[in-house]
Amino acid sequence: MNLAAKDRRLAWGLLAPALIWTGAFFILPFLAMLTLSFAHMDGREVVRGFDPGNYLRIFTDPTMLGALWNSLEITVVVTVISVVLAYPLAAIIAFRVPARWQRLALLMAVLPFWTSYVVRSYSWLLVLGQNGVVNKALLGLGVIAEPLEIASSRAATVIGFVHFFVMLLTLTIYANLIQLSPNYARAAQDLGANRWQTFTHVILPLTLPGVVTGAFLTFVLCIGDYITPQILGGNTELTLPQLIMLQLGRSGNFPLASALSVVLMAVVTLAYFASSRWLRLDRV
Amino acid sequence: MRVLSWLYLAVAYAFVFLPVAVLVAFSFQDGRLPVPPFRGLTLEWYAKVLGNDDLMAALGNSLLVAVVSSAVALSLGFLAAHALARVRLPGSALMRGVLIAPMTVSYLIIALGLLTVFNYFGIRPSLWATGIGHVVINLPLCFAISYAAMGDHQRSAERAARDLGAPEWKVLLLVSAPMLAAPLAAAFFLSVTFSWDEFIIAFLLTRFDVTLPVEIWSMLKSGLSPATNAMGSLVFLVSVTLVILLEILVFRRAK
Repeated sequence: MNLAAKDRRLAWGLLAPALIWTGAFFILPFLAMLTLSFAHMDGREVVRGFDPGNYLRIFTDPTMLGALWNSLEITVVVTVISVVLAYPLAAIIAFRVPARWQRLALLMAVLPFWTSYVVRSYSWLLVLGQNGVVNKALLGLGVIAEPLEIASSRAATVIGFVHFFVMLLTLTIYANLIQLSPNYARAAQDLGANRWQTFTHVILPLTLPGVVTGAFLTFVLCIGDYITPQILGGNTELTLPQLIMLQLGRSGNFPLASALSVVLMAVVTLAYFASSRWLRLDRV
Repeated sequence: MRVLSWLYLAVAYAFVFLPVAVLVAFSFQDGRLPVPPFRGLTLEWYAKVLGNDDLMAALGNSLLVAVVSSAVALSLGFLAAHALARVRLPGSALMRGVLIAPMTVSYLIIALGLLTVFNYFGIRPSLWATGIGHVVINLPLCFAISYAAMGDHQRSAERAARDLGAPEWKVLLLVSAPMLAAPLAAAFFLSVTFSWDEFIIAFLLTRFDVTLPVEIWSMLKSGLSPATNAMGSLVFLVSVTLVILLEILVFRRAK
């Protein structure tokens, strides 16, 4: 046996555990879920077969379509607001804060990122609730006469999400900005570009892959999240993950939950292809 | 422009820290509700939380799952990265794609898929099931970090060790791993924090031996309470300590 062949056998040996794990606990479960999504319920019994009924129901039932639409709307709004807020924050840390303080500034800016994620949503409930800090402060200042109903609304869900994703995006955008050589900006300015032109024509296009990668991650994590809308959104409107959990819990309707999950995954896949031109997932 | 920048920075920091500050402040509330007005300082809620057996058991479960699943994810990810960085195999790009893929799938879907399969084979929900799920979510991260860290410099050192007669396991253990100590430690700590904080997989795949996020979730059902604040503050303290340790031990040394 020659050396190259021996090397290859060894490489397969080292790869096998990771591939088997991914196959057994990720690909196989997904295929099982896909199969189950074509089953239907007869009372409390799952009847296997090839029945597209679950998908028909998802795209005709107003509750389900509504949940899909809510999820998409919230996710797009959250992604856009988070990018718009995080970019200046990352840029200020990268370009205005003195170099020796940058790591500390960044660490501080994302410190609450490490609070437990269930607790983070709960904390926003304390801030935004009817007796919460914001209402008490505004009442005390005489800005409002009646407490605002911010918690248990879509606004609260969006605020909770934006808080988390601003931190995530600040990290990814900062990582991109700091890699840019200052020579690009200098060259643009030597050629007569003003600050704004330098930004729109040089800095922004160069950091676009980083921004799109961060935005894609935001999209994936946001649209699949159950906790934030469940704690902060109240029960006035449902998102897709909430609907999935409802199917699992109340009615034990695994086939419908599976079909909803497949739809959720299809949406993410579409987002992936829409942004794949700029995506650098291997460089997160 | 300069003033505007600092103003923006101040507002951003205020927004980012507002919920945490409120959480921690009202964990000391001497009253039944963690909302204004502030009635005075007490450590009663911390005593209550630390004396709660269910919470402490959940905390132990969370730590166990986080450490074990991260160790498994790191080992699998590191070995796979080592293989793919070293030898050109048919379908290398495809295999990298397969190993990274779980990163782009919602945890809820991973959890539901595992639940479906476990139900089918009659495997009951347990801490083990949760651990398996956590390896699935952290393996791509560990693989990607290890793979990105492997360079030519390292490849030559490994070749030198092999030429000198070291068997492959010695190369891995005594050359590759120590050279990559910083990124491997970063991958491990990141995995630990992700697993420690993960809710939906643990929620769907455990029944009795729940993890901390699931236990906190059930505390929330009984409404607002300073006890939840105290527990949240403790979790925050642990995570921040981990992050700062990582910063000091790994990134300082890597410079």
